[in-house]
Amino acid sequence: MRGNHVVAEAAVRAGCRFYFGYPITPQNEVPEYMSERLSKVEGGVFIQAESEVASIHMVIGASMAGGRVMTSSSGPGISLKQEGISFLSALELPAVIVNMSRGGPGLGNIAPSQSDYFQATRGGGHGDYRNIVLAPNSCQELANLTYEAFNLADKYRTPVIILGDGMLGQMMEPVELPPEVQIKKLPHKDWTLTGAKGRPSRFIRSLILDPFEEEEHNWKLMRKYERIIKDETRWETSFMDDAKLVVVAFGIAARIAKGAIKRMREEGQKVGLIRPISLWPFPQKAIKELTKKVKHFFVFEMNMGQMLEDVKLALEGNGEVHFYGRPGGIILTPLEISRVISSYYYQKRLG
Amino acid sequence: MRRVFSRPKSLKKTPFHYCPGCGHSILHRIIGEVIDEMNLQEKIIGIPPAGCAVLAYFYFDIDMGEASHGRAAALATGMKRAQPDKVVFTYQGDGDIAAIGTAETIHAAARGENFTTIFVNNGVYGMTGGQMAPTTILGQSTTTSPGGRKERRDGFPINLSEMLAVAKGSAYIERTAVNSPANILKTKKAIAKAFRVQLEGHGFSLVEVLSPCPTNWKMDTLEACKWIDEVMTLHFPLGVLKDITGAKKDGH
Repeated sequence: MRGNHVVAEAAVRAGCRFYFGYPITPQNEVPEYMSERLSKVEGGVFIQAESEVASIHMVIGASMAGGRVMTSSSGPGISLKQEGISFLSALELPAVIVNMSRGGPGLGNIAPSQSDYFQATRGGGHGDYRNIVLAPNSCQELANLTYEAFNLADKYRTPVIILGDGMLGQMMEPVELPPEVQIKKLPHKDWTLTGAKGRPSRFIRSLILDPFEEEEHNWKLMRKYERIIKDETRWETSFMDDAKLVVVAFGIAARIAKGAIKRMREEGQKVGLIRPISLWPFPQKAIKELTKKVKHFFVFEMNMGQMLEDVKLALEGNGEVHFYGRPGGIILTPLEISRVISSYYYQKRLG
Repeated sequence: MRRVFSRPKSLKKTPFHYCPGCGHSILHRIIGEVIDEMNLQEKIIGIPPAGCAVLAYFYFDIDMGEASHGRAAALATGMKRAQPDKVVFTYQGDGDIAAIGTAETIHAAARGENFTTIFVNNGVYGMTGGQMAPTTILGQSTTTSPGGRKERRDGFPINLSEMLAVAKGSAYIERTAVNSPANILKTKKAIAKAFRVQLEGHGFSLVEVLSPCPTNWKMDTLEACKWIDEVMTLHFPLGVLKDITGAKKDGH
C-alpha cells in the first residue's frame, strides 16, 4: 500500500469521519482516498476546501462537535494551517494533522525533505504551545502512528502532527492495518458543542482578556505538556550494545541511516542508532542516558540541521556532536551516508 | 401582575458591554427572541466572531464556539456537517466577513452549506477603534481613511450580500437594519426566516443588518440611526436579495 493511502485508511479505522483538505503534492493521495472512502462510511464527511486556512477551521468546527477529524498537507499548506493549529491548541481541541513535507522554503519543490522539523516541534503558529509530533519511518509505522494519533489527540485534547515526507507518502510497502474502532465505543467527550439539551450551555473560546486568567490557561496547557512529556515520549534504539558512535536520525532519514549502519557493522565499525519517534516530546533523557557509554553523536537529517539543536540540548555538553545533512529534497543512499559516518568514525579514532 | 416584557430565555443575565446606541445589543435580543420562539435553545450552536461581538458567549445561553477572525464560515461548515440535525449560525461583522473572511464566506455559500449567517454591517472595524472596513462607504471618514474614503486611494466598498446572492448555493439573502422599531421587527422576521430556511435544508442563508456605531461614527444615537436611512441605505439598499423558497419577494 502507498504511504498516503495508509494514512487515510488508518485514520478511517481509527474512527476519523471528517476530513477537510486541499490539494498539494506530495500528499494528494490522502484527500483522493478520503473522498472515496468517507462517502461509503456512515456519517462520513469529505470536503475539498477553498484553502488550507479554510480546511483547518473546518477541522476546528468538526472537532468542537466531537468528531474525530483530520487534515493533511505539505510544507506550504502546513504554513497556512498554522493559524488554526494555534487555535486548536488554545481551544484544547483534538485533531490530527499530517505533513508529508517537501523541499522548502517557499514553494521549494516536491521532493522529500525534513525541513519542517522546527515548524512542527516549536508549535509553528503564534503563542506558547506545543504539538505532539510523531515521525514514522515506514508504511507500517504510518498506519500505527496515525491510528495512535487519534487516541492521543482525544486523550490530551490537543492537535497531533504526523510528520512524514514525500518519500514516505509515495512509497509502497506491505502493511498490516489496525482494526476498525466502533465510534460508539470511543470515550465520551463532556465538552463538545452539540446544543444545550438537558445540560447547561457551553462555550469554547480562546480569547481570555484578563492576563491573570490567560496566564492560568497557559499554565494549564503547560501542565498538560508536562504529562505528555512524561508519558508519551517515544524512541527506538538499535545496534547499541557495543556502540562507540551513535547516529541520531528520525523518520525516513533513520531508515536510510539504518541501512548505512548495517553496512558499517559488516565492516566491524561499532555504530549504533537512536531514532526519536516522538519529535515533541523529544526523547531528551534517552539521549542523555547514552552518554554514560558513548561520547560521539552523529546527527543525520534531510535538512540543514534542525533536530541537531534538540540533540545538543539533550546532551547538555556531554558528548561530541557532528552533523551531516542534505537539504532541498535530496535523498541520500545508505552508501553515501555510510561513507560520511565512516570517515568521521576513523577521524575520531574509534576503530 | 401580568409580565409583558422580559429577557429572552436564551440570553444570560449578563449586562451587555456594548456602547450606548450600538446595534449589537438590539440584535442579540432579537436573536434571543427568535431562538425562544422557534424553540431552538437546545439544538442551536452559535459561532461568535473576533470583533465587538466576540464576547457573545457571555450573553447567549446557548452552545457557542469562537472562531478566529474571518473563519466563522469554515468553522460553521465543519460544525454543521458533523451534526446536520442541529441549527448553526455565525455572527460576524463587516471586517470579519467581507475582508479577511471573504473566501470562506463565498465558498460556503457556493457549496450551499446549510447554516445561517448574521452579518452585522456598521461600516467600520469597531473593536479595534474605528478603522476603515470593506463596507466603509465613499466619503466616510475613519481612522485609516482620513478625510473620507476615496476610491483612488482606498478602493470601493464591497457589496458582499449582492455577491453572495449570485452564488448558486445560497438560498436566502436579505438586508435589513436595526435603526427603527419597524426595521427591527423586519430584522427579527428575516432572522426567523433564515433559521427556517436552514431547518428546511435549503442551503446557505444570510441576513445582513445595517447597524449603528455612534462611537466610531462620532455621532449621537439619533444621528447614527438617521445616517443609516439617509446615507448608508443608498449604498446598501434594504430588501430581499435572494429567496429560493418560493415565498413572495418581501414576506413582511
